[in-house]
Amino acid sequence: MIKETKNVLLVGVGGQGIILTSKIISTALLNAGYDVKMSEVHGMAQRGGSVTTQIRYGEQVYSPIIGKGQADVLISFEKMEAMRWIEYLKPDGLLVINDHEIQSAPILSGKAEYPEGIIEELKTKVKTLIIPATKIAIELGNIKTQNIVLLAPLTKALGLENIDWEESIKNNVKEKFIDMNLKAYKKGLEIS
Amino acid sequence: MKVLMTGNEATARGAYEAGVTFASAYPGTPSTEILENLANYKEVYSEWTPNEKVAIEVGVGASIAGARSLSAMKHVGLNVAADPMFTYAYLGVNGGYVIVTADDPGLHSSQNEQDNRYYARHAKMPLIEPSNSQEAKDFLKEAYKISERFDVPVLFRLTTRICHSKSVVELEERKEVEKKPYKRNISKFVATPAACRKHHVELEEKLKKLEDFSSNDTWLNREEINNSEIGIITSGISYEYAKEIFGNEASYLKLGMSFPIPKEKIKNFSSKVKKLYVIEENEPFLETEIKAMGINVIGKEKIPLTGELNPDIIAEKLLGKENKKISVNPEMIVPRPPTLCSGCPHRGLFFELSKRKNAVITGDIGCYTLGSADPLNAMDTVICMGAGISAAHGFSKVFEKSGEEKEIFGIVGDSTFFHSGITSLIDIVYNKSKVISIILDNRVTGMTGHQENPGTGYTLMGEKTEEIDIEAIVKAVGIKHVKTVDPNKLDEVRSAINEFTVLEEPSVIITKWPCALKKLREEEKQKYKIKTVRYQVNHEKCKKCKMCLKVGCPSISFDKNVGSIIDINTCVGCSVCAQVCPFDAIEKAGV
Repeated sequence: MIKETKNVLLVGVGGQGIILTSKIISTALLNAGYDVKMSEVHGMAQRGGSVTTQIRYGEQVYSPIIGKGQADVLISFEKMEAMRWIEYLKPDGLLVINDHEIQSAPILSGKAEYPEGIIEELKTKVKTLIIPATKIAIELGNIKTQNIVLLAPLTKALGLENIDWEESIKNNVKEKFIDMNLKAYKKGLEIS
Repeated sequence: MKVLMTGNEATARGAYEAGVTFASAYPGTPSTEILENLANYKEVYSEWTPNEKVAIEVGVGASIAGARSLSAMKHVGLNVAADPMFTYAYLGVNGGYVIVTADDPGLHSSQNEQDNRYYARHAKMPLIEPSNSQEAKDFLKEAYKISERFDVPVLFRLTTRICHSKSVVELEERKEVEKKPYKRNISKFVATPAACRKHHVELEEKLKKLEDFSSNDTWLNREEINNSEIGIITSGISYEYAKEIFGNEASYLKLGMSFPIPKEKIKNFSSKVKKLYVIEENEPFLETEIKAMGINVIGKEKIPLTGELNPDIIAEKLLGKENKKISVNPEMIVPRPPTLCSGCPHRGLFFELSKRKNAVITGDIGCYTLGSADPLNAMDTVICMGAGISAAHGFSKVFEKSGEEKEIFGIVGDSTFFHSGITSLIDIVYNKSKVISIILDNRVTGMTGHQENPGTGYTLMGEKTEEIDIEAIVKAVGIKHVKTVDPNKLDEVRSAINEFTVLEEPSVIITKWPCALKKLREEEKQKYKIKTVRYQVNHEKCKKCKMCLKVGCPSISFDKNVGSIIDINTCVGCSVCAQVCPFDAIEKAGV
């Protein structure tokens, strides 16, 4: 078990399943014996806005929030959100990015354009792992499992393969969605 | 058993374990989940009240009746509830009583970042500040002991990062506490001037004893001596941030009970270290007290007073350290502000209001504050709960006198109307202005995450109850012109507005349609005839005029080659865009 505190920042857009993913990860870490803190965003920011959860784990964790330049892994469920939060990633950290665009209000109303070349820009700055999680989830039959497709690449990047992630998925999703999510997890495992 | 809990869940658990039997609250971020979680413990009677003042008043009643009771609210809610709180501090308790205030440094979801620690001093109540979920649970249990031992209500202060951060909590069993017997006690509980003159003297005596307790007799305030170079006095979440940066390289005086301030303990601690910092978020609450004691301390000259504190700020301001960061081209980051959801029933109303160029629209607190955002921009003011209606009356009276001909609309949500809009509407009738008040009844308290309210027909604990009829209230206070409309039907909204803007008397429009995110009961599905149609753009008819973009729906995007595009996965079929399209290019999908 590692002693120093590890920091995982999950970012995306409200409704992408970020809070559930964080729950699956943090409860599994607790069961594996780590001290864990996790910070969420509620209220007005949830209405289609940019959403983050922050997970910190180690022997003893104090602050529930991650500082700039401190995340070991930044996992972005949406491309532009990776740009917004990249300054929180350690320069030698890992970016896991879902190759998926969600337009924000200024783009929808034609006041701005969705920036091109995001992944190319990010790849020049930091170690980047690109996962087409939304595309895979749609192919698997439910876009809502995009979060679970990203789980295996993330946990592998953190060196947490020894944790029983399938068990944590079973404990945190509703019974009728378990099979669908396990399928998504296994697909994520295949490609990571 | 160890579990991960948010500060709010842990506070609820603490109340449960402490033997609390009565809890009341009005929902408000970041406090809402305290009562939502308490309602899961059947041993505790929990209720949503119409507003925070009522929450404290019923809590006080329960406490005088002999129960351990709790009331919870967000920081600005305590402004509404301050009146009974101040007086109850004078009277003292029967069953232990704790008021939980959840402050919002950084304004994640609030209109200010007031520091409610000052309320403890102002109302003369002990103040308890946990730093994490375990402490939220344990300290709350201690708060009840303090309340009953010293015969005072206790203020229990959380902040957003404590409320909404999960950390490890060791659960314990509930300990039933026998209800205190109730006997009529006029000299204690009837707040006459004569009684309260005495109560004030007694309260000052209690505060002296509490200060002694705070310094010498409570585990809530503790020293961690690691070295004699740097000492840090801190409380709440700031303690965790300070530990994150200084670790064991500093000594700490961690204050779990920060009012009455433990002067002796502070004096003693300050003598043990060479350099003394006070690390606190927002106001210099501790610092001012410590400086008044003649102790030299570094605080707000380094740590900012505004905004949310974090470990980075402490490292930078006190140690001059800054982490290396990755920077990218900032032009490649487009803002992602919150928006009204796809199918939000507020959209139709605000679209119609956005077209009225001679209007003043006073808004209120709720999702509908987003009516002020691009592209609708249909709002002039937002102040506080209730002001949506009352501020409109002020506008109306001034314009009446100055001769400015304006259409004045006052906006309020259903829960906000029950909270403090009713008295505002009475003022409009009583003092005769011709404001058009619009009550946005989306059948739920939306912004805070879908709580029941007096208009939904259900209680916090899930019981069916009287569904309070907004239209009947409006008529009962003397409004003669009332129309209830479906806000998804733009012509209905428009004709109600046109009819009422020419009146010389006050009027009310009620827009009634459930929140698009609400999990509907069967009865609601039938009542509102919820259909599952979706809409799509017929690109042969689309002239790329962008009219549909003016409703600001997150399901509609625009491609300059093909025109508007509706995302069929997120469209909920409200049809507002189809009604707006001048070329009938938006059609039901699959037709």
